Amino acid sequence: MNNRSHTPFIRTVKISERSSKDTLKIRIAAFVLALAAGGIFMLLLGYNPFELYGTIISGAFRSKMAFQATVKFMIPLLMSSLGVAMAFKMRFWNIGAEGQIIVGAVCASYFALFHNNWPHFLLLIVMFAAGAIGGGLWGLIPAYFKSKYDTNETLFTLMLNYIALHIITYLRDGPWKDPDSSGFPKIARFAANAQIDKVFGVHFGWIIALILVIIVFIYLKYTKHGYEISVVGESKSTAKYAGMDVKRVILRTMILSGGICGITGMIQAAGSDMTLASSVAGGVGFTAIIVSWLAYLNPFGILLVSFLFSILDKGSSVMQSAYGLSTYFASVLQGIILFFILGCEFFIRYKFVLTKKGGK
Amino acid sequence: MLKTNDYYAIELKGITKSFGKVIANEDINLEIKYGEILALLGENGSGKTTLMNILSGIYYADEGTIFIDGKEVSITNPHEAIDLGIGMIHQHFKLVEVFSSMDNIVLGTKGKYVKSSALKEEVLNMSNKFGLEIVPDKKIYDMSVSEKQTVEIMKVLYRGAKILILDEPTSVLTPQEIEKLFIILRKMKEQGNAIIIITHKLHEVLAISDRVAILRKGKVVDTVNTKESNEKQLTELMVGRPINLKISRPETKKRKTVLKVVDLSVANEDGTIGLNNINFKLKSGEILGVAGVAGSGQRELCETIAGLMDAKTGAVLYNKENIIGKTPDEIINLGISMSFVPEDRLGMGLVGSMDMVDNMLLKSYKKNKGAIIDKKPSRKLAEELIDKLSITTPGVETPVRMLSGGNVQKVLLGREIESEPNVLITAYPVRGLDINSSYIIYDLLNEQKKKNVAILFIGEDLDVLLELSDRIMVLCHGELMGIVDAKKTTKEEIGLMMAGRKMEGVDSDE
Repeated sequence: MNNRSHTPFIRTVKISERSSKDTLKIRIAAFVLALAAGGIFMLLLGYNPFELYGTIISGAFRSKMAFQATVKFMIPLLMSSLGVAMAFKMRFWNIGAEGQIIVGAVCASYFALFHNNWPHFLLLIVMFAAGAIGGGLWGLIPAYFKSKYDTNETLFTLMLNYIALHIITYLRDGPWKDPDSSGFPKIARFAANAQIDKVFGVHFGWIIALILVIIVFIYLKYTKHGYEISVVGESKSTAKYAGMDVKRVILRTMILSGGICGITGMIQAAGSDMTLASSVAGGVGFTAIIVSWLAYLNPFGILLVSFLFSILDKGSSVMQSAYGLSTYFASVLQGIILFFILGCEFFIRYKFVLTKKGGK
Repeated sequence: MLKTNDYYAIELKGITKSFGKVIANEDINLEIKYGEILALLGENGSGKTTLMNILSGIYYADEGTIFIDGKEVSITNPHEAIDLGIGMIHQHFKLVEVFSSMDNIVLGTKGKYVKSSALKEEVLNMSNKFGLEIVPDKKIYDMSVSEKQTVEIMKVLYRGAKILILDEPTSVLTPQEIEKLFIILRKMKEQGNAIIIITHKLHEVLAISDRVAILRKGKVVDTVNTKESNEKQLTELMVGRPINLKISRPETKKRKTVLKVVDLSVANEDGTIGLNNINFKLKSGEILGVAGVAGSGQRELCETIAGLMDAKTGAVLYNKENIIGKTPDEIINLGISMSFVPEDRLGMGLVGSMDMVDNMLLKSYKKNKGAIIDKKPSRKLAEELIDKLSITTPGVETPVRMLSGGNVQKVLLGREIESEPNVLITAYPVRGLDINSSYIIYDLLNEQKKKNVAILFIGEDLDVLLELSDRIMVLCHGELMGIVDAKKTTKEEIGLMMAGRKMEGVDSDE
């Protein structure tokens, strides 16, 4: 026998079901560890971690203006996360939120730029609808090809992002170029008539975002459509078995998913940027993927997670300027925190056991 | 050659293995000698496969020791198991379809490259020795199930296995092929190999084994010599109490044709023939059994009738209306209430991650008016089913994949029966179920039969098909071999038809 009689010292064991209390404990532990690891990173660079963390928190909350800025960070993240969550629930890997945001913004901008003499609220409503339709159609394209030819939606939606981005560049350098910008390629600032009004100091996009949280929650949880989305996501053959029109569900859900992202673009352009800039999405569509998964696709969870993300975002920008740190410092810190939060998912599903030796 | 020495081939002492809270094996002591066939008998979920997976290095026991040839060993991965001479033949074959049998046999072994002519000779030599029929150059995709199984056996023998473990080897074979397998196993036993065969079919245990170890709920309840035992005793040991093994076949009157299948041909997605020119009638108040080796067109037949697959030609008539090409919704609107219990319970009939309430909704959510779903009726139905079919579950909100196989099937069949169908299609409704659950399912089917439901029963156990069905139709490679009267036919006759012999004009009920 050539058996090297060795016994593994540590093994991983799958856990059938952890109680929600244990899960919560693990998550909190992961968060604490993340802060600790981030703290060590700060120490290594010669900073006091408590001070830096303090700055992040106070940076996000220290004044009314700071808080308003945090909320402004949150709006696009929250909305696009809700959008992609709908697609993810169906196991449709929509990583094209970025492009859907842009196309929504482009469509809305057309009215903001060329019909700004319309009555204010009519104009906003038209822009809102244009954003939704634009984003929805942009989401519909990969869905159509997925349902008809079973193309890979991940690549498809990703590639559409770049097309969308270059549409803006084209418009900026060509037909929509601001004639008053003395040759500098940019799109004109929206007239005041086409800008979203402020409520409590922040454009009212936040109200729309909160309403969307509730709508998406109800839609996914209590409606026939939401039920169909979950069944299609779990198993297409079960969906067919139950007599669902799988293609239709895919198309419909992607219109909605893209539509919500499109609205995000409209709100971002008309509420925050006041123009159509190529940075209108600015990576939010990708961060939304992380946010929606961390929240387990639960709309209220998404609200919480995107709020925490915005604190980190806003706080670290203050930290940067206060300590003269590089922009990448904050990115590294965010990366460390994400590493722990995502890593703890392993411990929710598995545990390590030491091998016991010998029989009876 | 192998010699029988004083040591046991395998000796297990105090093996315990748990998954989370579930104890799959508890304090198992078991031994097997060379030149012996041990049957491991137990119901599904009794821990047979777990125990064998521990032996073959797939799992690692929490506690206990394994002795091979009298030496304590530790098996941490399948390679070590092979090094120790343990070869496992899995229920689902692990072969590369596009390779020839000899390529599959050497695949993954560590030896140097051997010229294919030399290899061929080696394989042929070995196959002669064990009486295995192997064509070294034949590709796997050209093989029948039993040929593939032979390759699997050859694979482990080539790796020098002296201890063979076969996990439910007969479930995919015709009666004739089973007999052939048994001859091979006996021959290997004579050559001094130790063989463990996992099964839950009693007559096979009695036919092949020397000793039987009976597992119940993860424990070895008894080990008996086969010669001194009988079917009744084994069942009692397996189930834990006496049980009546007779399946009833109630008589019904006024049978009327409900579905008439005419010249039905179906192509699979990959262009192969699924069904070829099938003709039969399905009548109310009867159970029409469907026999055939796995993959003979059973799935295609069910899914085409249920409207999930397109037919190439032919028709399925209900009151002279063709239901082919209609969506499940349209079929329901014709007044046929069709229920389909698919083979793949959690992949098609139910959603595993959803709870019972949501699974009840699958069938009924469309009837809700408006956009919002009212879950109350589903909840009520779920609670009723738990009561009526004594489904063991922590509650209606537990995901159904957490339930045992039998309970999952009760949920599925229960939901389908509750919709009061007049056509009920069931594909392998008792697969993976323990004896007790199986009999509950037979009773439920008979109850439906008495309510004049037309039942299509796809089965795999011929004994059950013969006892339960009124008529049996046999499929082979997508073709209908004939329909026979279940009361008059024999297992042998059906076996021959399963292997491809046509019986023209024997349909007893035309």
